[in-house]
Amino acid sequence: MILDMRSVSKVFGKFCPNCLETTGANFNSSICPTCKSVVGVNDVNLTLANGEVLGIVGESGSGKSTLLQLIYQDQKASLGEIFVKDFVGVDGERKNILDANLNELSHLRNSLMSMIYQNPRLGLNYNFSAGGNIAEKVIMSGNKKYDKIRNRALFFLEKTEIPTSRIDDYPEYFSGGQQQRIQISKALSSNPKILLLDEPTTGLDLSVQAKILDLIKELQHEIGFSMIVVSHDLGVIKHLTDITVVMKNGQIVERGLTDQILEDPQHPYTQLLVSSVL
Amino acid sequence: MIRLEVKNLNKTFKVHTQGSIEVKGFENINLTVKQGEFLSLFGPSGAGKSSILKTLFRTYTTTQGNIIFHRDNGSKVDISTACESDILQLRKHEIGYVSQFLQILPRISAVDVVAEQLICKGESEEISKNKAKEMLDYLSIREELFDLSPLTFSGGEQQRVNIAKGIIAPKSLLLLDEPTASLDKTNTMKVVEKLKILKTQGVAMVGIFHDLEAMESISDHIYKLERVG
Repeated sequence: MILDMRSVSKVFGKFCPNCLETTGANFNSSICPTCKSVVGVNDVNLTLANGEVLGIVGESGSGKSTLLQLIYQDQKASLGEIFVKDFVGVDGERKNILDANLNELSHLRNSLMSMIYQNPRLGLNYNFSAGGNIAEKVIMSGNKKYDKIRNRALFFLEKTEIPTSRIDDYPEYFSGGQQQRIQISKALSSNPKILLLDEPTTGLDLSVQAKILDLIKELQHEIGFSMIVVSHDLGVIKHLTDITVVMKNGQIVERGLTDQILEDPQHPYTQLLVSSVL
Repeated sequence: MIRLEVKNLNKTFKVHTQGSIEVKGFENINLTVKQGEFLSLFGPSGAGKSSILKTLFRTYTTTQGNIIFHRDNGSKVDISTACESDILQLRKHEIGYVSQFLQILPRISAVDVVAEQLICKGESEEISKNKAKEMLDYLSIREELFDLSPLTFSGGEQQRVNIAKGIIAPKSLLLLDEPTASLDKTNTMKVVEKLKILKTQGVAMVGIFHDLEAMESISDHIYKLERVG
């Protein structure tokens, strides 16, 4: 297993003893009736094997993005354990990333995982050039040699079809689709084991969306990293993923092979979701 | 050697969006397929033939029963209950599925669609492409179409690309859902000839054919289904 999440919860608010028991899909609510806390993620168990691509679908507010942020440590989980392959403590035993110190967190976010956000502004530093953004990630992952860093930046820009002559241009001089490609270059430049994607193509026009998805799929195929894709677009999920989990009110209500989820959904909510496709 | 054992297999679809009504897909299916054997599913429309194949591939979940797949290494897997990761591995290496429809990315050429299957198995790109071209040529796809996306092809041409993709790198078990539905007689028999070669190589197959002559010429067993419900 490259990722193993056990009983992970995230509560925004006071977090009283009733929060987890009185919210979720069965209650059709994420708000605790006792303390009014918002339960973003409620007792989620999730595993991901090497090279697998997992999709997370669900309505707005179901906790998809929060779950991704808990993995990437953009937010701290309130409860639970998250294990990532090759993330070990000083004793050599695998370590819960919720117990990681700042140094370990930096290793986790710079070398083991990368995140691609829906909005490139979250993933890119607009004060650095395209090449500088990639260099930042490469340096943080431990590589300090200038020519190697520059070559790696050129390599990924070429892979993502950004003209290498524009390596020194700033992100704001690129189109939205190109900024997304730079973000992909940056994310992949540290050779992560897990790539997390939060609505990577929402807001892009269809032809650019198709190109970005093809690119992600091709790179995943070539490099073989594991991937978690959050999307509300079932087309994106069908295109990219092997396994899909369906979330509702902070809980996973169904997990299955992507073709099974789309063709033979079991949970009432999944059936509603699949039957709502235009 | 037995490749696939299906025991007391049942499938019921529960449609929650329509007042939780239950629709029977098929019931009490029992069958065994050995290495190098072809088993045909035969019956009227709505008897559950395609649903059985989809359940064997785990595109559909099983309501009741077992689907025991015997692997080359001697171990057995119950497809109806195996975890998703195991199913993905089986699909990658041991179980293939050829549907009536070509499902591919719109931006990849016919040759690449077919060659990809060999490249996945570790074959070099050059050899894979040459073999893919030979297979497409055998199935009467014109050479000028090789580098175009199959989604621009006619229905019959798409189906032949689909078959080429499904059989060029044969797996131990092949599930065929009307692979020749929109082909003319000549091409149907060409496909049948290729499938016969796969039988001699030990590939076990479960298939549905519209064409009775094709079905009879290739089948070792015919499993007759009645309409359910």
